[in-house]
Amino acid sequence: MSGFRKGKARRVSHNPAIELVGIDKSFGAVHANKNIHLKVEKGTIHGIIGENGAGKSTLMSILYGFYQADRGEIRINGHAFSIKDSQTAIASGIGMVHQHFMLVENFTVLENIMLGAEGGQLLAKGVSSARKELKRLEDEYDLKVNPDAVIEDLPVGTQQRVEILKALYRGADILILDEPTGVLTPAEADHLFKVLKVLRDQGKTIILITHKLREIMAITDEVSVMRRGEMVATRKTAETTVEELAELMVGRRVLLRVEKGEANPGKILLSIKNLTVKDSRGVTMVDNVSFDVREGEIVGIAGVAGNGQSELLEAIAGIRKPASGEILIDGKPIANADPARLRELGLAHIPEDRHHMGLVLKFEEYENAVLGYHRDPKYGKGALLDLKAIQAEAVEKIEKYDIRPPNPRLKTANFSGGNQQKIVVAREIERDPKALIIGQPTRGVDIGAIEFIHRRIVEMRDAAKAILLVSVELDEIRSLSDRIIVMFAGKVVGEKTPEADEQTLGLMMAGIAA
Amino acid sequence: MDFFDIVVSILGSTIRLSIPLLFTALAGLFSERAGIFDIGLEGKMLAAAFASACVAYVTGNAWLGLLGGISVSLVFSLIHGFASITNRGNQIVSGVALNFVAAGLTIVLGQAWFGQGGRTPQLTGEGRFAPIILPFVDVVRDVPIIGPLYANVISGNNILTYLAFAAVPLSWWVLFRTRFGLRLRAVGENPGAVDTAGISVTWLRYRAVLVAGFLCGFSGAYLAIAQSAAFIKDMSAGKGYIALAALIFAKWKPVPVMFACLLFGFLDAFANFMQGKAVPGIGEVPVQIFQALPYILTCILLAGFIGIAHPPKAGGVPYTKER
Repeated sequence: MSGFRKGKARRVSHNPAIELVGIDKSFGAVHANKNIHLKVEKGTIHGIIGENGAGKSTLMSILYGFYQADRGEIRINGHAFSIKDSQTAIASGIGMVHQHFMLVENFTVLENIMLGAEGGQLLAKGVSSARKELKRLEDEYDLKVNPDAVIEDLPVGTQQRVEILKALYRGADILILDEPTGVLTPAEADHLFKVLKVLRDQGKTIILITHKLREIMAITDEVSVMRRGEMVATRKTAETTVEELAELMVGRRVLLRVEKGEANPGKILLSIKNLTVKDSRGVTMVDNVSFDVREGEIVGIAGVAGNGQSELLEAIAGIRKPASGEILIDGKPIANADPARLRELGLAHIPEDRHHMGLVLKFEEYENAVLGYHRDPKYGKGALLDLKAIQAEAVEKIEKYDIRPPNPRLKTANFSGGNQQKIVVAREIERDPKALIIGQPTRGVDIGAIEFIHRRIVEMRDAAKAILLVSVELDEIRSLSDRIIVMFAGKVVGEKTPEADEQTLGLMMAGIAA
Repeated sequence: MDFFDIVVSILGSTIRLSIPLLFTALAGLFSERAGIFDIGLEGKMLAAAFASACVAYVTGNAWLGLLGGISVSLVFSLIHGFASITNRGNQIVSGVALNFVAAGLTIVLGQAWFGQGGRTPQLTGEGRFAPIILPFVDVVRDVPIIGPLYANVISGNNILTYLAFAAVPLSWWVLFRTRFGLRLRAVGENPGAVDTAGISVTWLRYRAVLVAGFLCGFSGAYLAIAQSAAFIKDMSAGKGYIALAALIFAKWKPVPVMFACLLFGFLDAFANFMQGKAVPGIGEVPVQIFQALPYILTCILLAGFIGIAHPPKAGGVPYTKER
């Protein structure tokens, strides 16, 4: 396909923009989509919500031609379409914004937008018309972006804007967004929602896939819930509640609020003094930061991603050497201690990114369950591991943490995000550490597992552990923390109680107020 | 021989020694920019050299020889593509395997067909690409400096040499000014972006490795039927690897690739010149030191001393749609 379609006359009809009839898809033994029926009305924002692994992404991939359904029919504007590949999907007016952006990072915005719709064998021909069309789209939908900027230099929110422009450039009338806010700051997410509303008001149909209930309530007109491959319900957003949706998603009642009593802070366990940390390029990421964490309290660090929280965590965990300053555990300085030594001292670390730091995905579950503690004499003698003991303990943890499937010999990559996170949480918490530092405890984790992990963290606090929590989810920080420290541009800009309202914290996170 | 004559002579052989590197490095450029590592450049060059010598000997026509070399090189590329694109195999393993196949097969077939210990019979006349004397050589020969350079470095090369230099701007133009080039560069960085744009990743990558095969055909033919007049066993002698080093040295960009190849060709020419000669103050230096220089320079580059070399992001990774 070359070129794009513009100014297409909108037909007045009462057919839904998309109708899925009996879509069924299996991958081997996994029945990802079971007899799915779905109607998405034109000019609406339709949410599809469900836990990780519920089959949302598979369903959308079928709609976008990435996979073929085993059975069922796709109707677009009332006409049955056989979507063989992404090209057919694009031609029938479907555009998709993927969770992991499908952008070429060292290309310019313009090159990315033209890719696949260059308008001829030679680039020169297409460039000027592409520029003009891009300008028109920018103005029409208020999606400002510099066409000559290189993608890797752009902030994530802008990259996502490019993805949306890419779909519009190809003439998309139906836009699918897969977990679009996962990588965005709250401000970027707000801007995205404004854009989506503009798009809807201009007659585009939008499908929003997410597992965040708040987003569904904030922006959608209708919402469909998926659970274990099935479409269990469709509701008008105005006529449903967060509680009802959560229950439909999980299949049982869930506690959305964290229940916890008063904190009982004791002596200072973890102490950070004038800590400065630089990243590999020598840029100061943590700037003269000081704070304490006491026994029996949860200190939350709020901040927009990239304001030094990651480097702070890494410095405390012994992964990154601080440029200056001191870190004390139980009054003892731990400068230059490596992570193994820190574990001996009673510091456990649940890293922000379980795939890169927390787990070896190709290992079997039981191997990950002792990773980092494998030198402990109870797991073996000398160079040899006692696999029986390790596996027996893995089975215990699997039961206690309800890790599914309950198979210690399964490759870790085959567990869902929530269960992978539970493997890490179980490993770190069950060592009974004195202090626990936690980064993004529930990123990419489903509601059921979030509830569980939050409960465990509060239990640790009540057992008089010192807990430092970093999360970009402000809700999570507010509901778990006993004290909230806000970071902006590497500095601590202030401390608040969890009762502080969201707006105040939001302004502090943006560096506007202290 | 005075100093200037030495310079002219070394520059002349620099050109001759750079050409196979240049074709091969450009071949690698197309393949690697599309995300397919090609350690099998060496093997393709060798196989093409053998095929071109055989065809040129049988037909007595250098152009048909070139065609034969290209065809065999293309077949090697298709095998590499089948292993690493269609079957998502390891690209390095596939490339190394092809190198072994080429090294063994050329000797076995050469011995079986011609019985000269892996050599092919000497080519004469139309069977090889002869040097081309450019116009006005006689007129300018006596002009100081420019004259000898024109006569001995620029003129007097065979047609493939000029084609190699023409291939540099052409490669640049294809990669950066055409739709094919845009898509090719994209597929080496993020095949997912290409796939979701409705373009076939498989077909695009196949075309890239075929371009690589095409260019390796030229470098092989250059070795056997332009620079030499026969195929000699193992005549590629590691040039495929040096070309790969040049490609990395040039950070996967066409024009720098040309300069890298000229530099490495110069080092080779200089090593030849220094053979048996003493370096003032040091004495005789083993020629291997000069031969190792391209690799040493590449290592220094990779260690980050001469800027950072960013290989194509998706290089070496077979594309599978994510689940």
